[in-house]
Amino acid sequence: MTDTTGRTVAGTSMRGEDGVEYEPVIGLEVHTELKTRTKMFSAAPNAFGEAPNVNIDPPSLGLPGSLPVVNRKAVELAIRFGLAVGSTIQRAIFHRKNYFYPDMPKDFQISQYDEPICAGGSIEILDDSGNPHVVRLVRAHLEEDTGKLIHKGGGGRIHEAEYSLVDYNRAGVPLLEIVSEPDLRSPAQARQYVNELRAILLELDVSDVKMEEGSLRVDANISIRPVGSDTYGTRAEIKNMNSVRSLQRALEFEFERQVRIVASGGNVEQETRHWNEEDSQTHSMRSKEEVFDYRYFPEPDLVPIVPDPIWVEEIRTGLPELLPAQRVERICATHDVAPELVMSVVYTPGLADWVDSEVAAGADPGRAFVWASQELLAHLKETGTAFSDLALPSGAFVELSELVADGTLSTKLAKQVVKEMLGSGRSPREIVDEQGLAQISDSGALERIAADVVSANPEAVEKYRAGEVKVVGFLVGQVMKATQGKANPGQVNEILERMLSA
Amino acid sequence: MTSETALEIARSVRSGDRSAVDVVTEALARIEAGDRDVAAFLRTTPARSLEAARRIDSLVSGGGDPGPLAGVPVAVKDVLCTEGVETTCGSKILAGWEPPYTATAVTRLEAAGAVVVGKTNMDEFAMGSSTENSAFGPTRNPHDLERVPGGSSGGSAAAVAAGFVPVALGSDTGGSIRQPASLCGIVGMKPTYGRVSRYGLVAFASSLDQIGPMTLDVADAAAVYTAIAGHDPLDATSIPDVSPDVKGDLHDDVEGLTFGVIRELSEGDAFDPAVLEAFRRTLAAIEGAGGRVVEVSLPSAEHALSAYYLIAPAEASSNLARFDGMRYGLRIEGDSAEETNRRTREAGFGDEVKRRIMLGTYALSAGYYDAYYAKAQRVRTLVIRDFVDAYSEADVLCSPTSPTVAFGLGERLDNPLAMYQSDLCTIPTNLAGHPAISVWCGDDASGLPIGFQVLAPELEEARLFRAAAGVEALVGFKEPACPGVLPGEGA
Amino acid sequence: MSITREDVVHVARLARLELSEDEIEQFAVQLSDIIDHAARIQALDTEGVEPTAHPLPLSNILRDDEPGSTLDREVFLSQAPACEDGYVKVPRILDDSAGGPGGGT
Ligand SMILES: [Mg+2]
Ligand SMILES: [Zn+2]
Repeated sequence: MTDTTGRTVAGTSMRGEDGVEYEPVIGLEVHTELKTRTKMFSAAPNAFGEAPNVNIDPPSLGLPGSLPVVNRKAVELAIRFGLAVGSTIQRAIFHRKNYFYPDMPKDFQISQYDEPICAGGSIEILDDSGNPHVVRLVRAHLEEDTGKLIHKGGGGRIHEAEYSLVDYNRAGVPLLEIVSEPDLRSPAQARQYVNELRAILLELDVSDVKMEEGSLRVDANISIRPVGSDTYGTRAEIKNMNSVRSLQRALEFEFERQVRIVASGGNVEQETRHWNEEDSQTHSMRSKEEVFDYRYFPEPDLVPIVPDPIWVEEIRTGLPELLPAQRVERICATHDVAPELVMSVVYTPGLADWVDSEVAAGADPGRAFVWASQELLAHLKETGTAFSDLALPSGAFVELSELVADGTLSTKLAKQVVKEMLGSGRSPREIVDEQGLAQISDSGALERIAADVVSANPEAVEKYRAGEVKVVGFLVGQVMKATQGKANPGQVNEILERMLSA
Repeated sequence: MTSETALEIARSVRSGDRSAVDVVTEALARIEAGDRDVAAFLRTTPARSLEAARRIDSLVSGGGDPGPLAGVPVAVKDVLCTEGVETTCGSKILAGWEPPYTATAVTRLEAAGAVVVGKTNMDEFAMGSSTENSAFGPTRNPHDLERVPGGSSGGSAAAVAAGFVPVALGSDTGGSIRQPASLCGIVGMKPTYGRVSRYGLVAFASSLDQIGPMTLDVADAAAVYTAIAGHDPLDATSIPDVSPDVKGDLHDDVEGLTFGVIRELSEGDAFDPAVLEAFRRTLAAIEGAGGRVVEVSLPSAEHALSAYYLIAPAEASSNLARFDGMRYGLRIEGDSAEETNRRTREAGFGDEVKRRIMLGTYALSAGYYDAYYAKAQRVRTLVIRDFVDAYSEADVLCSPTSPTVAFGLGERLDNPLAMYQSDLCTIPTNLAGHPAISVWCGDDASGLPIGFQVLAPELEEARLFRAAAGVEALVGFKEPACPGVLPGEGA
Repeated sequence: MSITREDVVHVARLARLELSEDEIEQFAVQLSDIIDHAARIQALDTEGVEPTAHPLPLSNILRDDEPGSTLDREVFLSQAPACEDGYVKVPRILDDSAGGPGGGT
């Protein structure tokens, strides 16, 4: 199966009860809060986690008589993103999207409609084996965020609430809405797309992309069709997914739901559905009375943005050389490392740069990526810290690589040293010396221990001589146990083989 | 005393001949005595006004510069936000609302030394041509209390025409400064769109609204315009430019100026014969004084009214959506936020506002946008093109300001379309964004004033004022009506 | 009549106006009059004529990303119909489909 760009797509499919094989067709709309000091259209601070209703001013409250003025930095960040993903940067005008909701001060949202600042572009994602897949973008446009609601009574759920409270701190915060073409063919790809997008936004310093804090929000459109068909089915929009994990789960649920409906002769309804984390299902949230007609029209309080080519080129010169997926490809092409490991390193802000510099200074690339993607990431997760909070001595992985190369440390011991090092901040050599972790390579000593193990396990020796050579592994384990893991495993193997064959 | 102009007052206050406190006290007394009949003001602010006057006096006595409009009492249309002073836009939905900030135009006027004495009545949210659409009752025309003052800035026009204050601020979306100025016999001027900041002006139709001066004479209008115009970073549609000072360009003559009479806006059944007669008499005087008069055509003018009554309500329907009973102003509780919103708006808005919200919502709604809103925007382009052609033949354009003199209270209330015709001559300029002014040019047989409208190309305020001052020099200006002043007591 | 009773009801719902029966009848007549009059512009040939959304050809009016003064919360809340603990208090929301950026569809 191929997508429109001709690349191989690792999609998913499912056979319905009608015997037809269906595939999902998924497009994502991602809203991300931009990293500015002030709001999209006024000078009130753009800050998270303050007391309610403190980051407010007349325009962000939509007070009568107040007017919006566009934040230059927000435009710059949008252009920065657009350039990085190959969008066309174009003349943009703002429109008003009219609808009522108590968290929206003016009862319309200032957004971009048929003339967005960024048109087109694409984002490349990699599957776990490092195979690329290109997801085209429709557009990326600027708009303003709404305030936040707290529902009181009824357990905080909107439908059972007695009343609601509104905090307008978030109202007017700049948002970039990034809309993809329906180029995603599996829930896992959707998840990977969001991961890649987050990494791009972080790398570009455009957004903090904290999905838990709501600074990155994902809505998904999904429909299904028989594999091989190029038509589109009726799509449902899924909202309220608060992590990439729930995005994937929601899409998996919805894919199966739609296959069940269509395979049994039914029709999928065009509607908005809510993902409910508690029961792991999507639910229809169609309104009882609302008629959707946003009555978009050009915002008369604002004039067009016509990006100055000189400004755009200035922004372009500040872009990073490679986007995350390209960087993964580059690393995998240069060193023999599993793409999956490299991806996890590249998606952690700051980590890839550090690993790169260690490798450049002589660290073993394969081992460096394994240590970074396993021990180091596990440590960050356990301690809840960011990589930038770790005071890692430069050269740590170089030293560690040397210790492995000269036989001082086994790969297993090396991992233990990494853990130790992250916790204590000491250098690998210090740790090895203090804890006596150096592996035993003294052949006399090892031969004595091996001889003890062989004589203590006569039945294993019997088996070996009967042709069951794999029992040598059991005996190696016994030697390692006896040396608390410090024996040089290569040497132990050699000694045992020799003894048993004698 | 009551016909004293702003510049005369400022001269005497600046020189120390009179105190600002005296000037303001007298103005407040005139309002107290006469406004029971006229109802120009929704509220006065004596304590604040006198405090401001005292500051000016101490500045004068300390040798400081109190500004070019020192001590001039001004009335401000209640569509302009005044910090801590109730601002209602003539609507129940905003009754009691005290904005936390002041409109830029008002701040600038105060910085020039003017003293705000109160807020004036208006058609609700500036929608109307008679000031009868105010939720707080109509304002009456000082020259005939049974007639309307025009609108929507009727309170401001009446306040000046009654001699209460020499200066008022109005807002003009389709003629709301010029038409009431015409009906009340004063000067009313709408600047080029973008010249005066709209920050703090509660929006009716954002692409059309402009704030402007309403005064006794053209020199005052120019002085007030100079004080309030100029770039404001808080309004993204405010023109970044150099100083808009126009005082140096005022000459009291029309010699060498070509006046283009707009054919479509100066003939036909819609016009009172007395209006056309006064208009033509003024044209003759212009020619007599060395001006040239030519006829020009604005072929799309007849469609301007239709385009306006689609564009303005469309923008208004969105601008007024925020009055939803959630954050400020009236709230009529319902069973839900949605119902509260609907009930609040049902109770808080008057008929005309609802009518225009409906009209505008319809024009923007799915299936009608292209036929109405988008089409009206194309007509707007045609109107602008017509103006370009007309200005290739004349320096300024002219027409009567209003097809009729002040009409009777209640006369057009049940007929929205007839009411809309009041703005026939003033609307095209708003669509183009050009400046325009109305000056008095005579009365009809019963003493009701008639206005002469002068239009100029965008940013040509200096030319506009020059032409208007020239006309004024030929016709003179109408004395205020001075209600509440006993014979022999006043001027 | 170009505007039917049903049109009025539909538009009133979009406009968040709870009209009385009398108003519905009255608006159907009045809006029809106005729309019929306005519809005369349909006769104008505007082929190839660009729409004007704005009277002046300005562009790129942008603001530097510098924080300005904020509005005091108590001043804001003093004008609110109801508040609680520093928040604006609003009645329960029935329709959650319109919430958040991205709206209902
Ligand atoms: Mg969207
Ligand atoms: Zn959005």
